[in-house]
Amino acid sequence: MDNVLILVNQPVIFLQVAIDGILFGSILALVAYGMALVWGVMKVINIAQGEFVMLGGYVALKFADAGLSPLWAVPAATVILFAVGWILYWLVVRWVVDKDIFISLLATFGLSIFLQQIVNQIFSADVRTAESGLVSRSFLDDRLVVAEIKVLAFVLAAIVGGILWVFLARSRLGQAIRATAQNARAARIMGVDTNHVYAMTFGLNAAICGGAGALVAMTWVIHPYLGLSYLVRSFMIVVVAGLGNLPGVIVAGLGLGAAENFAGFVFGAEYQAAFIFSLLVVILVWRNWRLGRQRRYLK
Amino acid sequence: MNRQGMLILAVLGVGAVIGAPFAIPAYITQLSFLWLMVLFALTWDIMGGQMGYNSFGNIFFFGIGAYVCAVIQRDAGLDWHVAFFIGMAAAAALGVIAAAILGSGMLGLRGQYFAIATLGLGIAGGEIASGWDYIGAGSGLVPPLYPGVLGAREMFFYFLFLVLAIICFFTLRRLYSGRFGLAINAIRDDEDKAESMGLHTTRYKTIAWCVSAFFLAMAGAGAGNMIGFIDPRDVAFAGLTFGVWMVLMAILGGKGTLWGPVLGAAIFHITQELFWTYLLGWQRVALGLLIIVIVVFFPTGILGWVRERYPEKFGQAVDAEAQGAAMGEKAEP
Repeated sequence: MDNVLILVNQPVIFLQVAIDGILFGSILALVAYGMALVWGVMKVINIAQGEFVMLGGYVALKFADAGLSPLWAVPAATVILFAVGWILYWLVVRWVVDKDIFISLLATFGLSIFLQQIVNQIFSADVRTAESGLVSRSFLDDRLVVAEIKVLAFVLAAIVGGILWVFLARSRLGQAIRATAQNARAARIMGVDTNHVYAMTFGLNAAICGGAGALVAMTWVIHPYLGLSYLVRSFMIVVVAGLGNLPGVIVAGLGLGAAENFAGFVFGAEYQAAFIFSLLVVILVWRNWRLGRQRRYLK
Repeated sequence: MNRQGMLILAVLGVGAVIGAPFAIPAYITQLSFLWLMVLFALTWDIMGGQMGYNSFGNIFFFGIGAYVCAVIQRDAGLDWHVAFFIGMAAAAALGVIAAAILGSGMLGLRGQYFAIATLGLGIAGGEIASGWDYIGAGSGLVPPLYPGVLGAREMFFYFLFLVLAIICFFTLRRLYSGRFGLAINAIRDDEDKAESMGLHTTRYKTIAWCVSAFFLAMAGAGAGNMIGFIDPRDVAFAGLTFGVWMVLMAILGGKGTLWGPVLGAAIFHITQELFWTYLLGWQRVALGLLIIVIVVFFPTGILGWVRERYPEKFGQAVDAEAQGAAMGEKAEP
C-alpha cells in the first residue's frame, strides 16, 4: 500500500504514471479499432490480432538493424502488414469467414500460433527494442520525464486513426465496407464485391496493427510472445466500448493504458500481465451480469 | 461387425494396453504420455466439440491440479502413496470448485467471449503461479520422489494414466448417451433455442466445465509427479504445448465424437514422438499450420470424415433417421 501513498502524496509521480499510461493507451486504441473493424464487418474475432502488432514491431527492428531510422518503419510496416493481411485473407480467412464463429476462432488461433512461432524461429525469443534516436525531455525540474518518441507515437496513432475515420466515412471503399458491416447479403445484392471488401478490411486491420507495432517496438519492447496481451487488451477495449463506437474505443483505450500503468506501479511490474488478464475476466463477467439484469426485466 | 468380433477386439485391446509396458519397457514413459494426451483431448472435446465452446484455457485446471497435489505431498508429511492420493482427490475437488466458480460467471458468456476469456485464464494462471512464493514462484516446485524400486515408478504412472483415461472415456460415454449429452449438443447447435425450450443452459455449461476440470486436475496431479518438476509456465500452465495440443488433437481426430479425440491423441502423439525431432525447432510452427489446415479444410476431423463417408457404420452411435436426414438420405437401410 506504500505505493498508493506515494501516488497520493506525490502529484508529480501521479502525473508521470498517468501520462505514460495515456500515451501507451493511444496505441491500444488503435489496435482495438482494427479489431472492432474486422469484428463488425466480417463477424470474425481475429485471435491473431496481437501477432500483427508483433510483426509490425519486427519490421521496425529490421529497419533499425539496417541502420535506417525506424521512424520510416511506421509507414513501411503499415504497407507490409497490409500485404500480409491481404494474403492471409485469401489463403486462410476466406474459407472461414462465413462459417460459424467457433471455426473462425480456431482458424485465427492457429494463425496466431503460426505467426508467433515463425518469428520466434527467425528472430529468437529475445526481448528487443528498436532505437528511435529520439531523446527524453524533462519538465518541472527534472521530476517529470516524457520521452519524445512516446509523444510521437501518440500523435502518429491519432493521425492514423483520423485518416482511417475519413477513409471509412468518405471513400467509396469505405462506404462499401460500412455497407457490408450493416448487411453483407444486401451489400452483395447491391453489387458490392464482399470478398474484396473482406480482403481489404482484413488487410487494413493488419496495416493498422503493423503501424502500431512499429511504434511499440520503438517506444517499449518487442518479443515474439507479445501478441496475446495485445489481443486481450484490444478485446477488452472493444467489449467495453462496443462495436462501431470510435469515441468509445479511444476513451476505453486511453483509460486502459492509464489503468494498466497505475496497476503496474501499485502492484509491481511483475503483476502487470496478471492484472490485464484478470481484468479481462472481471470485465466479461461484469458485462454478463449487466446483460443478465437486463434480461430479468423481460421475465 | 458382430458381437463376437467386438468382444475379441475388446479383449485384444485390453491385453495390448496392459501388456504394452511389459512388452516394450523402453517406451513406457511415452506410453504414459499417450494416455495423458488422450485425457487432454477428451476433456477438451467436452467443451470444444460437444458443446461448441472453444476453451483455450483448460490448461488452467491442469495447473491447479499439479500444484494442489504437490503442495499437499510436500506439507502433509504422510506416506507417499497416501499423500499422493489425498492430493489427487484434493486436486480434483479444487479443480471442480474453480470450474464452478469461474463457470458460473464466465459461462453465461457466449462462445466468442468465453473463448477469449479462457485464453486469458491460462496465462493468468501461469503468471500468478510464477509470482507466488508459497508454491515456489518462478523456480517451480519439485514433488517428493516416488519411493518404490527402480522401474516401479514408471509402471505406477503408466497404470495411473491408463486407469484415468479409461474412467474418463467411459464417464463421457455414459454422459453423452443421456440427457446431458443431448443438452450440450443442443447448446452447440442453437443456444437461444435450447434456452427457450427450458434448458438451463448456464447450468449445463458449468457442469460440462466441471467434468472437464475434474479429470484435468487429476491428470495434472499425476503429471506433475510423473514429470518430477512443476514449472509454472512450462509444465503446469503450459499453454503453448499442452494447451495447444489438446485443441489440435481433438479437432484432428474429429471434434464432437467420442472416439475422435482418442484417435487424434494417438495419431498426434505417435507422429510427434517419431518425426518431430527432425523438424528441429520448427515443431510449433508446424503445429500452428496444422491447426489452420485442419480447421479450414477438414473441419470435421478424421472420424467426422469417416462418418460422412460411411454413415451406416455409425448406426449404433447415431440415430439412423437423423443421420439420414443430415447426410441427404445416404443412410437408408
